[in-house]
Amino acid sequence: MVRASPGPGPGNGKSSRSEPEASGERAVRASPGPGPARLDERVVADGLAGSRSQAQALIRTGRVLVDDVPVEKQRQTFHGDLVWLAHRTGLKGDLTLVENLEFERSLRAHSNRDPEEVYERLGISRLKKLVLRSLSAGQQRRVALARMLLSDVPLWFMDEPFTNLDREGRALVMELVEDHCSKGGMCVMAAHQDVDIDVPTTRVKIQ
Amino acid sequence: MPGIFYGLAATAKRDLLLAWKRPGDVLNPLFFFAMVCTLFPLAVGPSAEQLEFSGPGVLWVAALLATLLSLNSLFLTDYEDGSLDQLLVSPQPLPVLVLGKVLAHWLTSGLPLVFVSPILAITYRMPLSVVGVMMLTLGLGTISLSLLGSIGAALTVGLHRGTALLSLLILPLAMPIMILGANAVSLASTNDVYSTGIWALGAYAIASLSLAPYATAAALRISNE
Repeated sequence: MVRASPGPGPGNGKSSRSEPEASGERAVRASPGPGPARLDERVVADGLAGSRSQAQALIRTGRVLVDDVPVEKQRQTFHGDLVWLAHRTGLKGDLTLVENLEFERSLRAHSNRDPEEVYERLGISRLKKLVLRSLSAGQQRRVALARMLLSDVPLWFMDEPFTNLDREGRALVMELVEDHCSKGGMCVMAAHQDVDIDVPTTRVKIQ
Repeated sequence: MPGIFYGLAATAKRDLLLAWKRPGDVLNPLFFFAMVCTLFPLAVGPSAEQLEFSGPGVLWVAALLATLLSLNSLFLTDYEDGSLDQLLVSPQPLPVLVLGKVLAHWLTSGLPLVFVSPILAITYRMPLSVVGVMMLTLGLGTISLSLLGSIGAALTVGLHRGTALLSLLILPLAMPIMILGANAVSLASTNDVYSTGIWALGAYAIASLSLAPYATAAALRISNE
């Protein structure tokens, strides 16, 4: 069973989290500790992914447990199960889309999806030969989404996945998340706008 | 899950590809090295004795400074575009990925220095037998410099303009390399026994190869907290 039981914390903004009750043996739990954790909307996703400064507040003051084991005790296993769509895309501006995604394949388990199909679905197949620097912010965002689709991991962490995307792009993200969750995956998302996803969801609003 | 050697090779390959696309970053330290070495005789005078005497020292100091110059950018672009975060949350062991990056750094900064040095050494009237010794010491020395430098680069990656601090952190560790290297070349040019220096540099390289990646990985986690 996949479970997410986030604890609320004082802070600004709001965060929403989608959590499907699906097959699989993982249980993820995050609970801020007694310390004065200042959570904003990015903290939850970042903190669970296990990186970046303010995000560490969650881990330092509270705990993130996967299968009842703290993530710092099983970093490698935990990281093997997640892919992180961060605020900064983490793609190289001087490399082409294909070169970037080729490199990502070496970092974690990759899915058996056909890359061409993924590019097609995200509407980036005609940009394959261009260096990332020459793409628009929205297009770069779509390449970062391709990274998620091409990796075979149960946990998706998305920090503001709708940034720089148009209405069509936002619908696509929701569709992808729905798809992922219906296949037994789990997605933790921090977003400013309301997310309309047709899977069991836990929403945490951070004031 | 791809094997660790796949991760190492992919990291090295990506950095080499990036260096290939931005040759300026590779050529800058190399030009610096060549410039220092050519300017020195102009300042101290062109007498043959003086050149022969100062050659090993000048070449080694220039090589050390050129390497320090290139170290600053080791993790900087990765930090800025967020790909460092992606490396940090990768299930691949971080020391292995670091090793891949350092390997690429050495291939694009240390190795070119080794191959350019004979041309400059000849202008210092260094005999060919000694040039071979110098290339060997530079080769071993730059391996250690890249590895040790990566620790400093990792510690200063979050700071803006950390170059001065980076040099300050690395110099105490880098000094023995320069002393051993320059000394071995000097000994070789006076037909003395120089093998001690080579062995010591080799040992230094092996020690940094086995320890530095772990230190760098830990430093990266600290500076990203």
